[in-house]
Amino acid sequence: MTTSNSRRTFLKNSVLASGGMVIGVNWLTGCKNASSEAALTMPKEWFNFNAYLKIGENGVVTIFTPNPEFGQNVMTSMPMVVAEELDVDWRNVLVEMAPFDAVKYPPAIFGQFTGGSRGIMSKWEPLRNAGAAARHMLKEAAAQAWQVPASEITTSAGVLKHEKSGKSAGYGEMAAAAAKIPVPVKPTLKEIKDFKLISQSQKNVRGKEIVTGKPMFGVDYKVDGMLIAMIAQPPAFGMKLKTFDGSAAKAMPGIKDVFSIKTYNDGYEKGGFDVNAFPELVAIVGNSTWEVMQAKKALTIEWEPIAAYSETVNGWGGKQVVNVPAGLENSDDHAAKMAALAAKPGRVVRRNGDPEAAFKKAAKVIERSYSCPYLAHNCMEPMNFFADVKGDKVKVAGPLQIPGFIEPTLAARMGIPVENIEIEMTRMGGGFGRRSYSHYLVEAALISQKMNAPVKLMYTREDDMTNGVYRPAYHAVYRAALDENNNLLAFHVKAGGIPESPLHADRFPAGAIDNYLAEDWKIESNITIGAFRAPRSNFIAGAEQSFLDELAEAMGKDPIEFRLELLKRAKENPVGERNDYDAARYAGVLELVRDKSGWGKTPVAAGVSRGVAAYFCHASYAAHVLDLTMENGKPVVQKVTSAIDCGIVVNPDAAANMTEGAVTDGIGNALYGEMTFKAGAAEKANFDKYRMIRMSEAPKAIDVHFVKNEIAPTGMGEPPFPPIFGALANALYKATGKRVYRQPFLGEREVMG
Amino acid sequence: MANFTLNINGKQQTVDVDPATPMLWVLRDHLNLVGTKYGCGIAQCGACTIHLGDVAMRSCMLPVSQVGNQAVTTIEGLSENGDHPVQQAWLEHDVAQCGYCQSGQIMNAAALLKANPKPSDAEIEGAMNGNICRCATYVRIKAAIKTAAG
Repeated sequence: MTTSNSRRTFLKNSVLASGGMVIGVNWLTGCKNASSEAALTMPKEWFNFNAYLKIGENGVVTIFTPNPEFGQNVMTSMPMVVAEELDVDWRNVLVEMAPFDAVKYPPAIFGQFTGGSRGIMSKWEPLRNAGAAARHMLKEAAAQAWQVPASEITTSAGVLKHEKSGKSAGYGEMAAAAAKIPVPVKPTLKEIKDFKLISQSQKNVRGKEIVTGKPMFGVDYKVDGMLIAMIAQPPAFGMKLKTFDGSAAKAMPGIKDVFSIKTYNDGYEKGGFDVNAFPELVAIVGNSTWEVMQAKKALTIEWEPIAAYSETVNGWGGKQVVNVPAGLENSDDHAAKMAALAAKPGRVVRRNGDPEAAFKKAAKVIERSYSCPYLAHNCMEPMNFFADVKGDKVKVAGPLQIPGFIEPTLAARMGIPVENIEIEMTRMGGGFGRRSYSHYLVEAALISQKMNAPVKLMYTREDDMTNGVYRPAYHAVYRAALDENNNLLAFHVKAGGIPESPLHADRFPAGAIDNYLAEDWKIESNITIGAFRAPRSNFIAGAEQSFLDELAEAMGKDPIEFRLELLKRAKENPVGERNDYDAARYAGVLELVRDKSGWGKTPVAAGVSRGVAAYFCHASYAAHVLDLTMENGKPVVQKVTSAIDCGIVVNPDAAANMTEGAVTDGIGNALYGEMTFKAGAAEKANFDKYRMIRMSEAPKAIDVHFVKNEIAPTGMGEPPFPPIFGALANALYKATGKRVYRQPFLGEREVMG
Repeated sequence: MANFTLNINGKQQTVDVDPATPMLWVLRDHLNLVGTKYGCGIAQCGACTIHLGDVAMRSCMLPVSQVGNQAVTTIEGLSENGDHPVQQAWLEHDVAQCGYCQSGQIMNAAALLKANPKPSDAEIEGAMNGNICRCATYVRIKAAIKTAAG
């Protein structure tokens, strides 16, 4: 075991009071233990061990969650991993959201990034190491105090023991000495079979605060003297601010000022998450939300069309030139343009064998086209942020998914070093990808700077829905070549969208078919798009899995058996070399869902129609069997059986909850979700027009099963989402005899057909 | 601007606001009761649900001038120790994901059970359909309501 020097600072418990004060209540709610049942006695002194934990002299442990919480329950599951390796009683654990700190939580471990289902996946080792390192240091301290070999000391539930001498001590008693022990670089980790806490369901550590309405969200943030700000943004994509007159608004009660802000300096090279169609806005600032809302209506603003432009964006894939066309776009034109491009040859992304020749000699060719509209994220908590800019110091607090990616943007715009920026992450009222693009944080800081006062910027629902970073509109054409005996000869997918393609050329069924061709295309647009729960997969999975269902039917095969045959080929004799999925794990979820749903064995009740689909994304595997009935032309989802392989499941009940949510969210978006544009304007601005799934439309039951294995955790928040679109489409076909190709399957209509 | 004396969570509170101000913003901005959430502002999502007497109301479209001396209950006043049967059932089922809509869901569910202590599934769905949960925890919300109903 090697060691390194550590910072041996310890802090007084004043740390507990250092969070933003909200309404006189401690923002950090740090007096409740992790199981949210009883209060713990606060220690007099804390001893810091590492970026993830500190221990009090009374044995109470505080564990810091590095990643912002948006409902994926990392506030509970991440501390569980630390607590497991630390070997501490979960009831003695307090949980806190760590502030943004790029040194403690560096980019090498994906920083403090909530997205891409990378939370537990990227922090599994750091969290385990943090707990194990502290446990090692505690054992070393006890060994020195008792003059016995550290190897003879055992730990259990926060107690150190030396069997031979009969000596024992709580972690708190050894914390002061242990914090001075050199930090081991590679501490010994527990064997997976010895886990006591991981894989045992624990309740949400913020459950009690949630059900009692405690302040914890960005919109709840408040400090003395804080002003409320709103923004007025262009009414359509392709428009920008020309002039404005804020005098009438400024004369209204409670209004302090009206001015325009520019989110970026001229010539600023954007990062990949600086997505923002409206970089120049009018800000209205006043005393209270209602007053500012009213004043916003009194603004006189003239907008003008943008000119086409190109910009260099320095994103994940390196620097890229992005062309943004001028014009006011329409959804009808989008559909026509997509159909036109889909009919032309695309860019070949992958080719195996000789697909063109195979299609030529085919006895039968099946070709189907699928499409989907833009989707708005519609987080229940609209975009908002708190900012307090004092001279060259910036404090910001609020809901965002990736603080590390907005900090450089903020620093550049304010012209201050990152050392002078403090970012506090509040609980998010949903994210779904939208809060990866936190331009609203910079807007809040600019408004605070101008006002020389703390400010909370609030988007209205209408601002939020019409200034989206939407899920793009996509289109895919699938073709299959069959011989006279209905054997599959070749497979062809050509997929594109506005402004990106949803194609994942190296995923299943690539690798399972000798003659395979994947092409993509894209159409430029000035409507901003971005990550939306399982980007690209959230469309292509449904299209692909619907097509495979249709193909299985044409080939006279059971849809699960057909997939398993393909996966067997991919496993035993894969075609090509870039197949990015594990065929055995993929088959595993199909087999599990087949068994748990009684597929093909249990007779399906009269009137019930079943569909199946599976998908791989974010390093995990998910399969669903969906049972529905038709009642007066409406699909009623009676039951969904889900099988997930995401490796070790840290908190099974919470993971089941997330799967249930993903399934229901997917059914909602598949049936109803749609944003349309007319003359550049988002045509739906609130929930009266934008149809969201509601309780009566949710599945009546969802039965979630996890594959049990010892694989380090892979993604969980996104993988169950994409395949439900396919399972629903396939069940709808069974119920109605008609295939559905265009999302949303229902939209504003109440009944099918 | 005008003075309004309101009966909120059993306490008399006076605010000086524009009479058209919705109760949502009176609660959040003026009385620091932020458990009641803004979601849509047009009574379409239910995040702002409070009780007026025993009845669930959307506070985002309820002008303060119309409240009078009716008893207003918010999530903060639903129970003294967060132990209303609906709150307990929510914890038992670990309903919440992001949690933002749950104040409104709980307030709506509590009013439902007050009016109809043993609702059928269809009655639960009918009563709760005005409350959007973007995380889509509907299966657990329904299960928790049934648990709370006993």
